[in-house]
Amino acid sequence: MEQIGLSGIRKAYGREVAVHDLDLTIRPGEFLTILGPSGCGKTTTLRAIAGLEELDDGEIHLGERLVFSRRRGVVVPPEKRGVGLIFQSYALWPHMTVQRNITLALEEKGLGKPEIEARAAQALETVQMTALRGRYPSELSGGQQQRVAVARMIALRPKILLMDEPLSNLDAKLRLDMRSELLQLHRDLGSTTVYVTHDQAEALTLSDRIVVMDRGRVLQEASPYEIYHHPRNLVVAEFIGEPRINLVPGTLVREGDALHLVGDGVRLPADRARQVRGERLTAAVRPENIRLSTTPVEGWQEAHLDDVQPTGATTILQVSAGGTRLRLVRPGFLRITAGIALWINFDPDTIEFFDPDTQDNVSAP
Amino acid sequence: MTSQAMGQRLRYHGFRLRNRPDLIIGFVCLVALAFLVLAPLAEIILDALTLQPYDLAYIPDGVVGSFSLFHLERVFASPLSPALFFRPLLNSLAIGFWVTLIGVSIGTLLAWLLVRTDIRCKGLLGALVVIPYMMPSWVMALAWISLFKNDRIGGSQGFVAGFFGVNPPDWVSYGFFPIVVTLALHYFAYAYLLMSGALATVDSELEEAGATCGMGRWKRLWRITLPLLMPALGSAIVLTFIRILGTFGTPALLGLPVRFFTFATQIYASINARNNGDAFVLALVLIVIAISFIWINSRIIGIRKSFVTLTGKGFRRREVRLGLWRLPLTVAVGLFIASTVLVPLAILLWESLTLMAGDYRLDNLTTYFWIGQGNVRLAYGESGVLLNDGILRALWNSLKLGILAALCNGVLGLLVGYAVVRGRGSRLSKALEGIAFAPYIFPSIALGAIYIGMFSSPIGPLPALYGTFAILVLITVVKNLPFTSRTGIAAMLQIDKSMEEAARVLGIGWFRRMARIIVPLSMSGLVSGMLLTFITAMRELSLIVLLLSPANMVLTGVIFYYQEQAMPQHSSAVTLLLVLIIILVNVLVRLISRSAGVGGLKNG
Ligand SMILES: Nc1ncnc2c1ncn2[C@@H]1O[C@H](COP(=O)(O)OP(=O)(O)O)[C@@H](O)[C@H]1O
Ligand SMILES: [Mg+2]
Repeated sequence: MEQIGLSGIRKAYGREVAVHDLDLTIRPGEFLTILGPSGCGKTTTLRAIAGLEELDDGEIHLGERLVFSRRRGVVVPPEKRGVGLIFQSYALWPHMTVQRNITLALEEKGLGKPEIEARAAQALETVQMTALRGRYPSELSGGQQQRVAVARMIALRPKILLMDEPLSNLDAKLRLDMRSELLQLHRDLGSTTVYVTHDQAEALTLSDRIVVMDRGRVLQEASPYEIYHHPRNLVVAEFIGEPRINLVPGTLVREGDALHLVGDGVRLPADRARQVRGERLTAAVRPENIRLSTTPVEGWQEAHLDDVQPTGATTILQVSAGGTRLRLVRPGFLRITAGIALWINFDPDTIEFFDPDTQDNVSAP
Repeated sequence: MTSQAMGQRLRYHGFRLRNRPDLIIGFVCLVALAFLVLAPLAEIILDALTLQPYDLAYIPDGVVGSFSLFHLERVFASPLSPALFFRPLLNSLAIGFWVTLIGVSIGTLLAWLLVRTDIRCKGLLGALVVIPYMMPSWVMALAWISLFKNDRIGGSQGFVAGFFGVNPPDWVSYGFFPIVVTLALHYFAYAYLLMSGALATVDSELEEAGATCGMGRWKRLWRITLPLLMPALGSAIVLTFIRILGTFGTPALLGLPVRFFTFATQIYASINARNNGDAFVLALVLIVIAISFIWINSRIIGIRKSFVTLTGKGFRRREVRLGLWRLPLTVAVGLFIASTVLVPLAILLWESLTLMAGDYRLDNLTTYFWIGQGNVRLAYGESGVLLNDGILRALWNSLKLGILAALCNGVLGLLVGYAVVRGRGSRLSKALEGIAFAPYIFPSIALGAIYIGMFSSPIGPLPALYGTFAILVLITVVKNLPFTSRTGIAAMLQIDKSMEEAARVLGIGWFRRMARIIVPLSMSGLVSGMLLTFITAMRELSLIVLLLSPANMVLTGVIFYYQEQAMPQHSSAVTLLLVLIIILVNVLVRLISRSAGVGGLKNG
């Protein structure tokens, strides 16, 4: 198990800055996910750790070892970093069989023949590809190619695993299976893993910790639970969660002891909202945290059911209250029809408040 | 900056270089190519503007190495100028103009017929039509001489004179007219290759764009097809013209006997007369003309688009129906191709089998010039071609030259492609790409002249290469570099960057990455590039004629020598031998690489 330390890494392509002074420590044995929209600098960061990208500034430590520092004049080439990297495209060598794809690097390491055979066999066994060892990559399905790429990597027993959107080229069903396999692999190898994805669900299921990036900067760095429940700003709040979080812009109103946020047609309890300069705030509520009743309830607000979208395990409801439209999620396949009246209510503890100007979270902890 | 910070910066860049083999390769290639391409050019400019030892015959009290306009004056403004400069200039330009016009027209017409119409026997005709490309450009000239030689020069008579007893007039036998005809019948193949590639690719684009927006047939031709063909047509014209400017064999064979000079033959004559200065000035003029042409072409067509290289993938889409014309046109094309390929070879074969040159009766046939031995009354006692030590040595040299040049070009093309593609966008990459393309602008004979200037004396640790075998390899490699580096770049662009990066991360070092991943993946492109270099090297004369000596004689040089010595049977037999070997190797390499799964070899 090795720790990865990134401090102040920066990379620009011409005028465009891909990564801004990024600081990040990945703990030994941790599964860390870098999450963000396409073009936010995830791949660049990952490739910098592997040594494939020349950084403009900053330092990178792998374990105790300094592998990059422009100021101190250190650049350890990728060949010597001993990290494992899975490319988005898998990057299998098309002119070699599965077996050869795996053994080439082992030979380079100067291992003896029996050792090479043993390691290749074990790696193939781990990804259940032993039967197809004689095939060429073009004769394999996407999922099988993925497994070969994994086998090729783990045969070298790297202490650090880097994966760049490894599941993005697979179909939805296979993606779910491979997800758990990759996690299992991480646990079995006891490696430190950095996983890059733009899929928030993947990030939430796999990670010990998530780093959300946007435009080359880190927006938040926390556990999946923390990121989901207490997003640090509006961008994170909107990026995480499916269906998307509800945003209700409104004005803060003091009524006796209680604070309320009054939006267009809705009122939300706002005791957790900290005072800000202006009185305008944006409340954010997860779709599953809005209570719902089909019969009138004392103190609840009336709303209109616009649309019903059952997905099987859950049902998504589109609701409007005054000028505010809200998304709700209920477990199960609800058999109600659009057009009826509903009553909704908010749990004060699950509402997060954001300053619409700075986009920062301004809720009390 | 403190010295410590300085040291760290240096250390960083040291590490960085170790990390980026492409930068090192790129830099080394750049320096080497600058030395092989730009330095010689600078050298002959300098030589042309200073007094040289051989000038002292004219200016006894001159100081060698001092600045002087002597050469310029001699070439441009002296009583010699008309003979030395103006007449050859006019001849070269006129030949260039007519050959380009005729050759490109024929080539384009053939390309259109074979790619876009439903003409019959496409496969066979398409394979035959590129054979001229594999023959020396002056095979046709040799055949012409055999056919139309008259009694003007003395020695034996030609076919026509022998058979019909009519002496062809001078203008038919020698000079401008036969030079234009024979060159056009060779160089149409180049235009054909370029245009057929362009026509095949234009097709699909045309279908997408034009038809969907309901353009009429002629409007489509005018607005879409022609503009798309313009780049290929432009390069076909410029390429042919530059080649004609630099071609030596044909104007030498058909022009020198009647003292009809082109630039190329005048350069040769000046070098032979030890007036290298004149030759250098003429070579520079040739280069200036070539550059102006490339410049004008790129102005008209746009710089990016103006350099289309040869690709020969010809596939049909919608074919124009020839209807009634189908059969006659097929026959006409077949006859034309036969007359450019089979007829000259047949004539040379017959010629090589005649005992007394110029006597074409059947009872005059002999195999002496192939397998005869030391008859002092025949051909100055020279043995037949297959038993002749001098010829066999030249054959061996030719093969060595072809193979070495092909290997060097393959490696160099790979490395240049690697450095250019990996460094895409950097200044180094652009400079390297540019300089690898530079030999394109030197007409062959001019490059030869430049190399005389550069390598006739030792340079640092390098001994004088003039007259050695090495200089032939060197100049062949350099001349073919524009093509091979393009092949290398194209091949490298097809290999995803991640192929190599995956290997790096897995700890595989540079040499093994090259050997195990890059080379195998770019093999098919490299093989066709190398095959082309081999063919070009084997049939080349213009490029190396100035650099040949008895020690490094090659087959093309031998042919030229025998022709000069009025030994047509020998020159015909050696020519046949040469063409046979080239075609054989070509077929062999294609077969081997197909069975080895390299596949995807292109014509040309
Ligand atoms: N080789 C490159 N040249 C120029 N710009 C690049 C290059 N690679 C990445 N970029 C830019 O850097 C930014 C970050 O890219 P990347 O790290 O690949 O994003 P992600 O992996 O998060 O989608 C993008 O805006 C991209 O356009
Ligand atoms: Mg990416």
